Amino acid sequence: MASAPSSSSTGTGGLHLPDSARDLVKILVAGPFGVGKTTLIDSVSEIRPLHTEEHMSEASVQVDDLAGVRDKTTTTVAIDFGRISLAGGVVLYLFGTPGQERFRSLWADIAYGALGALVLVDTRRIDDSFDVLGLVEETGLPYAVALNTFPDSRPYTEDQLRRSLDLDPGTPMVSCDARDANSSIDSLLALVQHLIARDRPETW
Amino acid sequence: MTGRRSGRPLVPAYLSTGGVARPSRNSLERLSVLTGGEHVPDGLPAARHALLKALDGGSLTVVETAALLELPVSAVRVLAADLIDLGLVSARPPVPLAALHDPDLLKRVADGLRALKQ
Repeated sequence: MASAPSSSSTGTGGLHLPDSARDLVKILVAGPFGVGKTTLIDSVSEIRPLHTEEHMSEASVQVDDLAGVRDKTTTTVAIDFGRISLAGGVVLYLFGTPGQERFRSLWADIAYGALGALVLVDTRRIDDSFDVLGLVEETGLPYAVALNTFPDSRPYTEDQLRRSLDLDPGTPMVSCDARDANSSIDSLLALVQHLIARDRPETW
Repeated sequence: MTGRRSGRPLVPAYLSTGGVARPSRNSLERLSVLTGGEHVPDGLPAARHALLKALDGGSLTVVETAALLELPVSAVRVLAADLIDLGLVSARPPVPLAALHDPDLLKRVADGLRALKQ
């Protein structure tokens, strides 16, 4: 959905940035495989979600380079992203970021300069989210948790979930349906409001 | 994130840069904005030519350019840095780290998201 028009041109599928684009910011949509990261990005992105192929061995060094790309042990992983042009010249990018420990260095590269992370959790597979929560806390990125609800999700109480995920009392936790644009926007808003609250000096 | 959804790129990453592994500048980030000039000179290597053509008609971020050209972000960093050195592309950095906590910026993000709700 997200209706902001971008200038169209042949070959680039209307991908060029709108002239109004001034402040480009990003939020990570993090979580294990199959939790609904791409679904959430797709529900709010103004462009069809794109992806880049990232080479794991190349990402395993701090200085980003191509050394080792010909190495047979190199694996690639596709990183999805979407874009939302907001009023006021802000363009928000959402990067679907896998949470496994083996993506640690790729994670650091993508997380650099991010506002924060929305961690998607499938309550049927809570254990799968431990890695990603570990990584996000290690990076020091502020985050909010969005529980992507499925029809057969068990009705845990908020307290039970907070305890199993070992969440700080100040970390927002919301339910969302990643297929629904409004619901996805609400989850992103929960994160951004958290960022505003924690950056307000009087709360220190 | 999903597995590979399209075919192999036309040019393998390590060939696209002509064997150069590191960009000539380290300032290009995923959200750096690349803008091309009016003029696409003849005789550029294919991947550099393709990058300039992608910027024909508007600006793109590094990560969008990588997605369009089906190249890793690191390869686009090398190519774009080279084109910047040649004066054929200009780059604008994303919001600096120090400004990410700017209450005004965060408020504009929140207001912008609210305005999208239907």
